[in-house]
Amino acid sequence: MNLTFIDIKEFPKRMEEYRYSKGMDFLRDIIGMDWGEEGLGAIYILENTATGENIEVATITANREKPLIPTVCHLWNVAELYEREVYDFFGIYFTKHPDMRRLFLRNDWVGYPLRKDYDTSEAINPIRMENEVTEDVQRPYEIAEDAEQAIIDKQTNKIHGDQYIINIGPQHPATHGVLRFRLALDGEEIKKIDIHCGYIHRGIEKMSESLTYPQILALTDRLDYLSAHQNRHALCMCIEKAMGIEVTDRTQYIRTIMDELQRIDSHLLFLSCAAMDLGAITTFIYGFRDREKLLDILEEVTGGRLIQNYNVIGGVQADITPDFVRKVKEFCQYQKGKIKEYNDVFTYNVITQKRMKGVGVISRADAISYGCTGGTGRASGWACDVRKRHPYALYDKVDFKEIIYNNGDCYDRFWVRLDEILESIHIIEQLIDNIPEGEYKVKTKPIIRIPEGRYSASVEGSRGEFGVYIESRGEKSPYRIKFRPMGLPLIAAMHKILKGAKVADLIAIGATLDYVIPDIDR
Amino acid sequence: MFDFTTITTAIDQFLRSMMPAQFAIIVECILVAACALLAYVMFAIVMIFMERKVCAAFQCRLGPMRVGPWGLLQVFADVFKMLIKEIISINRSDSFLYRLAPYLVVMSSVLTFCCLPFAKGLQVLDFNMGVFFLMATSSFGVLGILLAGWSSNNKFSMIGAMRSGAQMISYELSIGLCMLTVVTLSGTMQISELVEQQHDAWFIFKGHLPAMLAFVIYLIAGNAETNRAPFDLPEAESELTAGFHTEYSGMHFGFFYVAEFMNLFIVAAIASTLFLGGWMPLHISGFDTFNMVMDYIPGIVWFLGKTFFIIWVLMWFRWTFPRLRIDQVPTLEWKYLVPIGLVNLLIMTVCVVMGWTF
Amino acid sequence: MEMKKPTIKSIPYEEFKDNETLESLIKELNKERTNVVVGALDDLINWGRSNSLWSLTFATSCCGIEFMAVGAARYDFARFGFEVTRNSPRQADLIMVAGTITHKMAPVLKRLYDQMADPKYVVAVGGCAISGGPFKGSYHVLNGVDKIIPVDVYIPGCPPRPEAMLYGMMQLQRKVKIEKYFGGKNHRAKKGEMPNEPIIVTNAPIDINENC
Repeated sequence: MNLTFIDIKEFPKRMEEYRYSKGMDFLRDIIGMDWGEEGLGAIYILENTATGENIEVATITANREKPLIPTVCHLWNVAELYEREVYDFFGIYFTKHPDMRRLFLRNDWVGYPLRKDYDTSEAINPIRMENEVTEDVQRPYEIAEDAEQAIIDKQTNKIHGDQYIINIGPQHPATHGVLRFRLALDGEEIKKIDIHCGYIHRGIEKMSESLTYPQILALTDRLDYLSAHQNRHALCMCIEKAMGIEVTDRTQYIRTIMDELQRIDSHLLFLSCAAMDLGAITTFIYGFRDREKLLDILEEVTGGRLIQNYNVIGGVQADITPDFVRKVKEFCQYQKGKIKEYNDVFTYNVITQKRMKGVGVISRADAISYGCTGGTGRASGWACDVRKRHPYALYDKVDFKEIIYNNGDCYDRFWVRLDEILESIHIIEQLIDNIPEGEYKVKTKPIIRIPEGRYSASVEGSRGEFGVYIESRGEKSPYRIKFRPMGLPLIAAMHKILKGAKVADLIAIGATLDYVIPDIDR
Repeated sequence: MFDFTTITTAIDQFLRSMMPAQFAIIVECILVAACALLAYVMFAIVMIFMERKVCAAFQCRLGPMRVGPWGLLQVFADVFKMLIKEIISINRSDSFLYRLAPYLVVMSSVLTFCCLPFAKGLQVLDFNMGVFFLMATSSFGVLGILLAGWSSNNKFSMIGAMRSGAQMISYELSIGLCMLTVVTLSGTMQISELVEQQHDAWFIFKGHLPAMLAFVIYLIAGNAETNRAPFDLPEAESELTAGFHTEYSGMHFGFFYVAEFMNLFIVAAIASTLFLGGWMPLHISGFDTFNMVMDYIPGIVWFLGKTFFIIWVLMWFRWTFPRLRIDQVPTLEWKYLVPIGLVNLLIMTVCVVMGWTF
Repeated sequence: MEMKKPTIKSIPYEEFKDNETLESLIKELNKERTNVVVGALDDLINWGRSNSLWSLTFATSCCGIEFMAVGAARYDFARFGFEVTRNSPRQADLIMVAGTITHKMAPVLKRLYDQMADPKYVVAVGGCAISGGPFKGSYHVLNGVDKIIPVDVYIPGCPPRPEAMLYGMMQLQRKVKIEKYFGGKNHRAKKGEMPNEPIIVTNAPIDINENC
């Protein structure tokens, strides 16, 4: 894919053109870039959901002191959070953006960590043990018209002090990790929501810039630990594409099967946690009981239960074990029968239905605009499965159908996952008997260098599209690596979905959106 | 049936022979209080153990296994731990009310506990307004919960308390209607009398359809009264961390914990008294030999058997149902249970007036 | 009254690693003589505390999922007395720091720890909580929770297997069993100070170094 540079003066007009005349309605990602001498910039990956056409555009500003780029968040809603992320990491101000605050780091953080000239010393940013002062203000910035172009901070209150404010998180059982929602309540009804991320921001992208490619692989598993395989698959695919490595058929088979097993694992955990959040604790245990059977298989092959470190560049770490095929088949048979049990004890319960039907609706257009891929998008009727849109591995050879529901409520989101478990089993059953003989790993050079250029790959993770973008300068480690988070668009859509919802609905919506926080924060 | 009054009168006479009447009454009061509290605590411990084992059984687990045989001593370990755990006092809270709240909750459930007829004559409080008194005492527990939520200076607690207030006060109504249905059938409000009247058949059979309906409504409303799933909104774990008792630690939390279980016991015990005959054995009029055999089983066994059966049913609900949303709780009560309860009461009245009862 | 070696039901004492730490603690505690009655009461309290360690529901990343698995059907920590996880720090006895602690999270974790009622224990689960793990070099990761809160037991792994977690929790039980509540010196340091000598839970057998 070619990267088109747009002059910053024409940028707003050209982006509008892309959005409306060319129908690029899905903003896949915004990648902040520090091109050193040339300046700071951002790469936008756009997609037309009707035709599947992809383009990459970029803009650049030479001013490192006061980098300004016009915002695109009126064109794509998801840009609001993406641009905040870029601001947080690179210090690029997006003019006319309604809320230009830091997204991940503390407000009193000094410097912009992903800039190449960032000073990582402890002295500048020590561990601050005082509590962060919560700013309940939005910060739209405007640019003065005069020659100096001063940045004018126009604070507006997002949440007023006299509203009844509660914090859901960072330590809260229903946020599945350390996400923090600041809610302004009227009785039980949610009036406003402010999302604070970054409590598990580990700086993986910055770390990767000083690690070699095989080392980076280890970190991908820990992004979204419930799609560890798919994440790693994406990065391996990207590197293999860049280096022109052809993996063997056997590898493709193993990777596809493992991806699907991982998907089942993730969806079982989704089911468990959704049930627990709604208060049905027994179903939680049922999901975990069956998940253990799957983990046994994964552990036997890869050596790890949760973090498996299985895919490597050019193949997989180790060959499958002799009784892998038998065990997977047994599991598939077992799991098919268990879906009915979940339905009997949980899904068909009248309270479950009342809690989920018609709650947290997100329309198809909104889902696209917010970039909510995965089960959330498919529940709203958007056929966004990467396995169908841009088939990779063996997905163009197997027969499976994309699960699509149309209401976009919690109940549909729940059903998408349940159905996908069956569909994954269906895929596995087609492949498991035909794993060809051959090498499970091709020989690669001891030191892996990617030729200069920009490469991207994406896979269907357990909860959406997971993308990898690498800019290489021919070194052992990437110049810039960016992972497209699956969860960030989901929480970006949160305030839209929460219109008129109650506190209990927030929990149900959060459970069915199925985000994993380390994946959002990276 | 063995009558416990023979024992109690013997003790009474013995004490009166030893000391003046006023002193005797004081000593009796202390004795009764000690016995009642001891029984209260023992039942709480049994209930907590039962809850853990039942829950484990539903969830394909084993539950406590290591402390004592089959984990029997687990609850004692918990109690020891809680007794010596630090009790945290909260800054900027109403510390008097904050400390008072757990005692109110426990007091309410102990008072209600005292009204229960465990066996013939084995009952602390028994007078002609028994049912009424029972309702009055059981409903001031909500005061403790409201105070706990308000005085903790914690927003989660506050929401939990408000939910609890809204829920418990509304469901009180359904419980009242169900009790009235039984009172209509029996014509008495004295609890011992209520049980005595069931010697030929339990009220659930005597009152046939309306009584069964009242029984079902009572179970639903009773479950809501005890704040247990699917009505555990006041302490909704996944929404409000721990609801109204978020800020309580140590034994203060222990009081809430114990009171919750004892309220469950009380609800089940009242259900068994009002509908399933309390300590009255299963009698079928006409089958005299059968009735005689049944009489050989002591009353307290009957009472506890029925009560624990109902507790088991309620635990079954708890571990399988998801939680309701806050707006669905009043909807269920005011749109369904209260109208059905009222109509049911009317049907029962008609049945009694026309003599269509067994 | 002498303090006895801490044992766990039906597991031989020798099977546990790092008994030396505990024995040195016992030796120190036994320096001061205790009354028999007080000693017996202490034993009772320690029995209660060690068999009823309720954990705070706290997880930041991957290790949290394994922690959930320990509570679920196959591993079921309720068997050992870790009956319920409490969501409110006031009611928890133990915080399992499962996952990476970042700069932004550090004050929150400290606050959670301060909110817990005494006695409270900390278990550092997984590489991230122990030392920063794979993210040691990152600009936003705290390299070890022991820098901000005192840790009682370390459980290494990335993430640790559920068995390792159970083992770590049993080690904590053993540590809790050698405390003096009444009189005498407690092995836990004064308020604010770090306790001495945490127990290390080793996944690998001790002779691994000899073999390779």
